Amino acid sequence: MNAPVITMDVRRIGDEVAIVDIKGEVTAACEPVLMSAYEAAIHTSRLVLNFAGLEYMNSGGIGMLVTLLVRANRQRQQLAAYGLSEHYREIFELTRLDEAITIYDDEESALSGVAK
Amino acid sequence: MTETAGPDRVTGPDRVRSAEQIGLSAREAASVPPPHVIPPRDAASWARKVDRLEVNAREGVRGTNVAGRRLTGPVQGFGKMWQKTYRMKAGPAITPEQAIATWKEHFPEFWPKGNRFSGALTGINPGDVALLDLAIGGGVKLSTGVFVLYADAESFTLMTPQGHMFAGWITFSAEREGDETVVQALVLMRANDPLYEVAMTFGGHRKEDKFWAATLTALGKRLGLPHPEVEDRNVCVDAKRQWRHAGNVWQNSMIRSMLQTIAAPVTGLAHLLHHDSRGHDSQAA
Repeated sequence: MNAPVITMDVRRIGDEVAIVDIKGEVTAACEPVLMSAYEAAIHTSRLVLNFAGLEYMNSGGIGMLVTLLVRANRQRQQLAAYGLSEHYREIFELTRLDEAITIYDDEESALSGVAK
Repeated sequence: MTETAGPDRVTGPDRVRSAEQIGLSAREAASVPPPHVIPPRDAASWARKVDRLEVNAREGVRGTNVAGRRLTGPVQGFGKMWQKTYRMKAGPAITPEQAIATWKEHFPEFWPKGNRFSGALTGINPGDVALLDLAIGGGVKLSTGVFVLYADAESFTLMTPQGHMFAGWITFSAEREGDETVVQALVLMRANDPLYEVAMTFGGHRKEDKFWAATLTALGKRLGLPHPEVEDRNVCVDAKRQWRHAGNVWQNSMIRSMLQTIAAPVTGLAHLLHHDSRGHDSQAA
């Protein structure tokens, strides 16, 4: 398997919220990176994925996000996303992932949305 | 922070800087689309967004239970969520691109006997809808379909519509591992409704495993492998059933296919009579 071209930084906003800044290519190959980022955010109740730095995603990447969603549901964590370009927003809608991961336009609206 | 990075990484902003560095005039620069409208390199690989599937009749398959249906991913399914992986070593001589090109070109031919896959004439391209007739025993065919969600040179993904046995997607891919190519089918799915969940539990998973093992074996033979060997691995990703989606049973293509099979003589006769009466009407006119 090829080495993933991806970085994921985890930022904590208070005790309850973690933002994962995703930069690069989301494919099945980056599962260890995403799961490692998830481990760093596991003790929060709200997890927000920032896709503003997303450069490429294939169907393996979408599958990996479903796996992340299952883990978050198991931990009773709310999962949200922002920073998706029109193209990637359409992919979330096509795959109907948007029915489980709430999509916001920007960080501010995501943080106020998950706080409700 | 968690980070891994490969060599030769090119990011969006770097691409913009290099355009400026080659000395475009102000007018030429104005004609270059701003970075936010440059489509990502995966853009052509994904299907365009659809709300409901549209299909045309195709020869050799019944073609029911697809038109007007929505796509269903693992989020919309009912049963336990499974990740099923079927892998076959294709040897050093075949490249991943060759393996996927062969798979796409001859996809219907690799299906086990008794099952029909009727895709677009142009092969497997993002946005295509294929119609399926699947043998479920007792002479009954389950009619459903699949949607080509994603396709590039090294992989393609099919997504299922409402009423299919499972809600999810199947990704067919090939990649280099060491000095040889490995081809893989990866199914991420939940049974679509409670009836399918029961059917999957009592023999359906085993049937599914045999189906994809047979498909990969047929691909291996086409690729020239003397003894194709398929390994499978099933992992239950989520043991919870999603009872809020139990109502998916209303769209169940197995039940509908059975009813369509039973009703076929009556509907056939009705079509014939309708056609006949229209013929008489036009003669009278």
